[in-house]
Amino acid sequence: MSVSHKKHTEPLLRVVKFEGMSRSRRWLVRIIAVLTSLIVSGVIIVLLAGINPLKVYETMFRASFGSARLVWNLLRDSSTLLLLGVGLAPAFAMRFWNIGAEGQMLVGGIATAFCMKYFTGMPTMLLILVMITVSVIAGALWGLLPGVFKAFWNTNETLFTLMMNYIAIQLTSFMVSQWEIGAGNNTVGIINSKGHEGWLPGLFTSQYNKDFGINVLIVLTVTVLMFVYLKYSKHGYEISVVGDSVNTARYAGINVKKVYIRTMLLSGAVCGLAGFLAVSGVSHSISTSTAGGRGFTAIIVAWLAKFNTFSMIAIAVLLCFLDQGALEIASSCNVNTYVSKIITGVILFFLLAGEFFTSYRIKIRGHH
Amino acid sequence: MKKFTALLLVLTLALGVTACSSAATGDKIGIILIGDENEGYSQAHIEGIKKAAKERNVEDNLVWFYNVPQEEECYDKCISCIEQGCKLVITNSYGHQYFAKQAAEEHPEIKFVCMTGDEAKKSGLANLSNAFNQTYQSRYVSGVVAGMKIKELVESGKLGANNFDENGKVKTGYVGAFPFAEVISGYTAFFLGMQSIYPDVVMDVSFTSSWSDLVAEKTTAEMLIANGAVIIGQHADTTGAPQACEAANVAGTPVYSVGYNIDMLSVAPHAALTSATNDWSVYYSHCFDQFIKGERIDVDWSEGYESGAVCITKLGDSCAAGTADEVAKAETAIKNGTLHVFDTNKFTVGGQKVTEIFRIDTDGDYVPDSVNGIVDGYFDESKYISAPTFSCDIDGITKLN
Repeated sequence: MSVSHKKHTEPLLRVVKFEGMSRSRRWLVRIIAVLTSLIVSGVIIVLLAGINPLKVYETMFRASFGSARLVWNLLRDSSTLLLLGVGLAPAFAMRFWNIGAEGQMLVGGIATAFCMKYFTGMPTMLLILVMITVSVIAGALWGLLPGVFKAFWNTNETLFTLMMNYIAIQLTSFMVSQWEIGAGNNTVGIINSKGHEGWLPGLFTSQYNKDFGINVLIVLTVTVLMFVYLKYSKHGYEISVVGDSVNTARYAGINVKKVYIRTMLLSGAVCGLAGFLAVSGVSHSISTSTAGGRGFTAIIVAWLAKFNTFSMIAIAVLLCFLDQGALEIASSCNVNTYVSKIITGVILFFLLAGEFFTSYRIKIRGHH
Repeated sequence: MKKFTALLLVLTLALGVTACSSAATGDKIGIILIGDENEGYSQAHIEGIKKAAKERNVEDNLVWFYNVPQEEECYDKCISCIEQGCKLVITNSYGHQYFAKQAAEEHPEIKFVCMTGDEAKKSGLANLSNAFNQTYQSRYVSGVVAGMKIKELVESGKLGANNFDENGKVKTGYVGAFPFAEVISGYTAFFLGMQSIYPDVVMDVSFTSSWSDLVAEKTTAEMLIANGAVIIGQHADTTGAPQACEAANVAGTPVYSVGYNIDMLSVAPHAALTSATNDWSVYYSHCFDQFIKGERIDVDWSEGYESGAVCITKLGDSCAAGTADEVAKAETAIKNGTLHVFDTNKFTVGGQKVTEIFRIDTDGDYVPDSVNGIVDGYFDESKYISAPTFSCDIDGITKLN
């Protein structure tokens, strides 16, 4: 009996993890990525729309940095997105795929809107504290449920948290129908537009909608606290052990169930707080589009930052910058919104590819 | 690689031709739309605005924002328009108005028009206006087209037992967005139009809870068709319902579609009869004229057939013989005031003739409580306030959800 030995050949291309790239080299890769993205999207702009790419980039930059107001808008939007990313960080760090930020944010928003509608008699500061508390509790409870099911019955958290989003969206729809200001018009309008009860004030001006300093402050505080919690606290250590291996965690005497439940309470709570910011601090209204898909975008933020809450700042700002830019390009350059989204998509693609090449290498067969 | 990069760079720069944002003189006009040219409702506005602007030679002064949701972005874009030199800002979706009003309060020197809105009169702001066409008129006429088809189907014996209800009335269906006065006014007018030709008809209305949701509109229409409806009307922005009608029609089910906003013949060549639509250029012409003259834009504008602001689209090949004549008759009667769509002799609520329908909200709870809208035996829709207010549940129409 002859045994034929199958010859094992190396694949033509192979992706190899690569560590230890120097800091300056990483930045060089990133700069090359930015430049390449601008060139490639420039070609696309010319081919698709026949407009001057430099003007497009200028428009894009102007959309977020053209005036103090636009900078505040950028900070406002990126801080909400950042907070959601920060909320997802602890869950993701323990490899618990919380896809439910959208729903957790919405229930936080509903709780906030409820207080704004019914507790108008309260002094502003007290009302804001109450709103923060109830929105955090609402979000935490929305996160708790999938956490408990995972801990006790090992249910699939991805599906569970995803489905919870749809329940939250329907719940929002229902509340909007209860609070709508004209029969069947499906809008709650702007809540307390006259007395501004429950509106988060500006930090530097007494007017509303002019600066969003308090939003930014709240989010940065939570970002720092979360960083410290994950990196330096015992809880944070437990989270990372559970994330690496549940069995190791059990062997080390960590109560895994408790960690799941505690961490999902925290994750949901932070996302609930984002709902408070969106309703009390930004739109002063509630609708099914209050979260507007940001709960899902936050997953990208958390992943790209490799769950590091400080890196999330840069990613959140970048995504909001690209989004603002896309709308402005469509308006000023008179192209379809999808064309401008292709442009921002190309830029994002190259930036991600750049990040990939800072930690991975592609090896060709025979070359070592 | 270097050469390639350099080549790309040169290409990029060399091919760059036109610049963004034109340097027009004169006051600019900002336009904030819920959709873009891919969405029927916004497309109809875009056409109307471009036509009116071209006639007045102000097309270079337009600042467009597309796909703006009914959220704080609407306020942001209002301010962006003002910063770019706009002295007039127009929004086209109902929920935009609250955010536009916020901007209007802060900027009394800038004029704001919120299409389909109802806040202008109530707010008392001198710089805020609302406008809405009397679309119920074109819906009535599109109902006449449907009524003609029903008559033909019954007379030719093409309908089966499931197309009739227990009282022998022909079943029809309607895909609505929200149970909201604008929608109710529209489907009631459509129903009355059908009844004017073929009185023995009933209609089921099902709501999708979205202005624009292709899948929901399609499945809702399929449900109504399965239930035996022979006509599917719609107050929703996509081609979902006509698509469902076309598929069923081609498969042998006698069902026809009456659309909204745009001609549905391209998606439903066999099933589409016509669509009720608007010519927004009529309003925008008036609006731009007032703006250019520096005069107050009507606080609450509403016109219909008499000025050509509403119409129906081309009749499809499936329409019954004689439809065009009936349509012309109805249109003329509406124009010269001999036909009133909401004639109280033509409908009942709970078996009773209606003598009172309130239309003005005086206490701010958004429920009309003063001024009886019924004068001389008919409800004069959109006379006191442009946004439709007829919201009675008349006999013969059943809301399914």
